[in-house]
Amino acid sequence: MSELFSKKNKEAFTLPLSKDNPVTVQVLGICSALAVTAQLEPAIVMGLAVTIIVAFSNVIISLMRNTIPTRIRIIVQLVVVAALVTIVNQVLKAFAYNVAQALSVYVGLIITNCILMGRLEAFAMTNKPWPSFLDGLGNGLGYAKILVIVAFFRELLGSGTIFGVNILNYECVKNAGYMNNGMMLMPAMALIVVACIVWWQRAHNKDLQEK
Amino acid sequence: MKPNFEKGGKYEKFHSTFEAFESFLFAPATTNEGGVHVRDGVDLKRVISMVILALIPATIFGIWNTGYQSFTHAGVVDASTLDCFLHGLYVFLPMVIVSYVVGLGIEFATAQIRGEQVNEGFLATGLLIPLVLPAGVPLWMVAVATAFSVIFAKEVFGGTGMNIWNPALIARAFLFFAYPSKMSGDAVWYYGVNAADGADAVTGATALSQAAAHIYTPFTDAFLGVMPGSIGETSALCILLGGLFLLFTGVASWKVMFSVFVGGALTAYGFNMFGPETGIAQLPWYDHLVYGGFCFGAVFMATDPVTSCRTECGKYIYGLLIGFVAIVVRVLNPGYPEGMMLAILFMNTMAPLIDYIIVETNVSRRKKRAIAK
Repeated sequence: MSELFSKKNKEAFTLPLSKDNPVTVQVLGICSALAVTAQLEPAIVMGLAVTIIVAFSNVIISLMRNTIPTRIRIIVQLVVVAALVTIVNQVLKAFAYNVAQALSVYVGLIITNCILMGRLEAFAMTNKPWPSFLDGLGNGLGYAKILVIVAFFRELLGSGTIFGVNILNYECVKNAGYMNNGMMLMPAMALIVVACIVWWQRAHNKDLQEK
Repeated sequence: MKPNFEKGGKYEKFHSTFEAFESFLFAPATTNEGGVHVRDGVDLKRVISMVILALIPATIFGIWNTGYQSFTHAGVVDASTLDCFLHGLYVFLPMVIVSYVVGLGIEFATAQIRGEQVNEGFLATGLLIPLVLPAGVPLWMVAVATAFSVIFAKEVFGGTGMNIWNPALIARAFLFFAYPSKMSGDAVWYYGVNAADGADAVTGATALSQAAAHIYTPFTDAFLGVMPGSIGETSALCILLGGLFLLFTGVASWKVMFSVFVGGALTAYGFNMFGPETGIAQLPWYDHLVYGGFCFGAVFMATDPVTSCRTECGKYIYGLLIGFVAIVVRVLNPGYPEGMMLAILFMNTMAPLIDYIIVETNVSRRKKRAIAK
């Protein structure tokens, strides 16, 4: 038991959530972070989908790591990821059709998500299944965390809603002169919101500052 | 005597004073260790003051025109010049105050945090922002846009002189994309005169959106600026007066200014000759230059020495392409009737690349020459 939750294993899980966040520190997976964060619901589903896929592909690759020939390892990794993505995609289409529609191609594009290949190459290929699972879980949740923060601000300021529930679209607010910020719905603004998170994180974390 | 005042000497503290007297009327015995590039006494403070002086004609005319347009729209025909001016001031002044308070507030805060001196860079931007906005934009939007542009277009890059894009245009672009219904570019809000009507702001088509429907505003009207549009951008005459002043004082580069007009005129002429039969493509080329924000952009925005090209040859390319892109956006994209803002921001982005290419070509040309000999 003590081995299962050793300091090293704990770090594999917690570092990606804070100091080694895949989106804000490693700057991976930015493309999907911009594409699916206009609203909270798809962002959360996307975050969970990526978490599940990273965690399990990490485990599977870690189990096979000693038998995969180095030359074709990328292909093997891709096959594993593609299989998991297909499963998740089918599950979403079956049980959460509306969200699947909103996410459109981006679920399928998880295959090309840089976080996945990064974790498989950097961690799962050289570590045992259990730490790999924790690492995948941590990275997926770290990604999901940023997605949710970005989507919160984009949905609140862009559409005036949270989870589709009306927050700001009332007559009295509109009469006071308030308008929803259309730019928040554009991917460009997601980049700026991500930049603000990076800014905040670096300002509060001495280790991340250069010089 | 001298060693006493040097580092480690008895009167080290008074080194500056001693140095000042010692080098009075004489060239100092020492040379600077780094490079110095002092050409004359024009510093940032003076450059910014010149720009503000140059903006005065356009500003005053813009204030009058804002009042005049709202009175005309409200059906008041006999409004005196003073009435127009006062009404315009009533609309314009709060926008200026908001932009200065917000912008300078952020500038002071960042300067404090970074331990730098507050500089004058924002004084021109703070006036430019309301000038490129239509009258009747809510004040909180002016505040948000100013804050956005000062933080994200200027301070994150290191403040005055380090920005990639023109901060005033970033403020406009932010509003343009964030609140398109207030800034759509083809309609402009007049502040209504009669608050009793219930609606205190009404829309009106600008010369550019009318041109799309083959209704052309006469050249003289557009040149003088008696037409709807963003506050400071309507009068080509007043803008050119300011432009002449900028050229005369050497603040703006005539190469940029001239080539923007040439680029715009040539492109528009090309569309006149070979373009589609749409109203905006058939708009005579000289009208293109005085409609919308073309003049204002060419004189006050494109020539910003920080965001334009530094190389002399690059200035021609930079200017020509601004004129070209602005007209192409106007003519070929019905979604954006006004292309000047996008053209300048786009070329701001490209300016370092142009400079780089020119410097590199120069280097390789001279290398070849040296090797040939």
